Amino acid sequence: MNEYLLLLLSTALINNVVLVKFLGLCPTMGVSKSVDAALGMGLATTFVITLAAAASWMLEHWLLAPFDLGFLRILSFILVIAAAVQFTEMAIRKTSPALYESLGIYLPLITTNCAVLGVALLNVQQGYGFVKSVLFGFGSALGFTIVLLIFAGLRERLALAGVPAAFSGAPAAFITISLLSLAFMGFSGLIPA
Amino acid sequence: MLAAILSLTILGAVLGTVLGFANRFFQVEGNPLVEEIEALMPGSNCGQCGFPGCAGAAAAIAAGQASPACCPPGGRSLAVTIAQRLGVSVDLGGADDPGPLVAEIDESICIGCTRCIRACPTDAILGGPKQIHNVMRDSCSGCAQCIDQCPTEAMVMQPLPVTLQQWFWPKPALRG
Repeated sequence: MNEYLLLLLSTALINNVVLVKFLGLCPTMGVSKSVDAALGMGLATTFVITLAAAASWMLEHWLLAPFDLGFLRILSFILVIAAAVQFTEMAIRKTSPALYESLGIYLPLITTNCAVLGVALLNVQQGYGFVKSVLFGFGSALGFTIVLLIFAGLRERLALAGVPAAFSGAPAAFITISLLSLAFMGFSGLIPA
Repeated sequence: MLAAILSLTILGAVLGTVLGFANRFFQVEGNPLVEEIEALMPGSNCGQCGFPGCAGAAAAIAAGQASPACCPPGGRSLAVTIAQRLGVSVDLGGADDPGPLVAEIDESICIGCTRCIRACPTDAILGGPKQIHNVMRDSCSGCAQCIDQCPTEAMVMQPLPVTLQQWFWPKPALRG
C-alpha cells in the first residue's frame, strides 16, 4: 500500500510530467487562460492517460511481447490513444456541451499530447505491472492537472497585473512557468533517496 | 510480418467497432431541422442577426424565436427558402430588395489601417499595413461588419457592379 502511495506521490509531484519531464507543454500553454477550462482539460486528459496506460499495458503484454512485435509499439499505442480520445470527446460532447465548446481544438489534440504517449512508453521502459502502470498513468495525469490549475490561476491574475508591454502575453507566461518549474524541483527533497 | 498485419488489422477493427457503438450511445440529440437550416445559411458567422453565429440563428429560427428573414447577408432568397421549408409566411419587410450588396473601399481615403481586414469573416479584403486595401467581390458575403471598423469611412456597401458576365435580360414583368 505504502509503495503504491509513494509511486503516486512521486509521479504527481516529484517527477511531474510537465515541469520536470517537460512533456505535454502544448496544452499547458494553450488551455491555461481560465481555471474552468483548465480543470475540464485536466480531467479529460486524466481520463485519457489512465485509460491509455491500462490499454497500453494490456497491448504490450498480451499482443506485442508474445508475438515479438516491439517495432509496432508506438504505432499501436497511438492507435489506442486516438481511440480513447475520440471516446472522451464523444462523452464530453454528450455530457457537457459548454465544456466541449470551451476546450475547442485542444480536445482532439489530446491525441498528440506527448505526455499521453510518454506515459505509455515510460511504463514499458520501467517494466511496471498492471496496477503500477495504471497508478503511474493516474499520478502523471494528476500532476498534469495540478500544474494546469496552478498555472491557469497564475495567468488569470497575471492578466490583470500591469505587465510591461514587452513581456505581456506569452513571454510573461513562459517566465511564470519556468519559475513554477523551479518551485516543483523543490519537491525532489520530499522523499529521502 | 503476417502477425504484425493481422494484429494491427484486428486492433483497428475492434477499436472501430467500440467507437461506432460509443457514437451511437453518446449520440447528441440535435434537431435535424436546425442542422438543415444551418446548412442553408451563409455560414460566415458574421453576427448581424444578433445571435452567436449561424448555428445560433438557425436554432432560434427553428424554435420560432427569430424571423426567417433575420439574416441580412442571406437576403430575400434565403428568407424565402427557409420560410418554405418551415411552412410559415415571412414578412420580407419592404419589397424592394436592393439585391446583393458587397463592400467597397474608396481608395482615395483608405489609410491602410487593416482594421477592416481583421473584421472580415470571409477574408475577402486584401491589403497590408499602410497599403491601400481592396475587396475581392467574389469572396465578400455582404455582412457589412467592416463598415463600422473603418476610421475614415472609406468602406461602403455597394450593389454588385454589372459586368458583361453578369448581365441578363430583365425578366418579363406582369402588368396589371
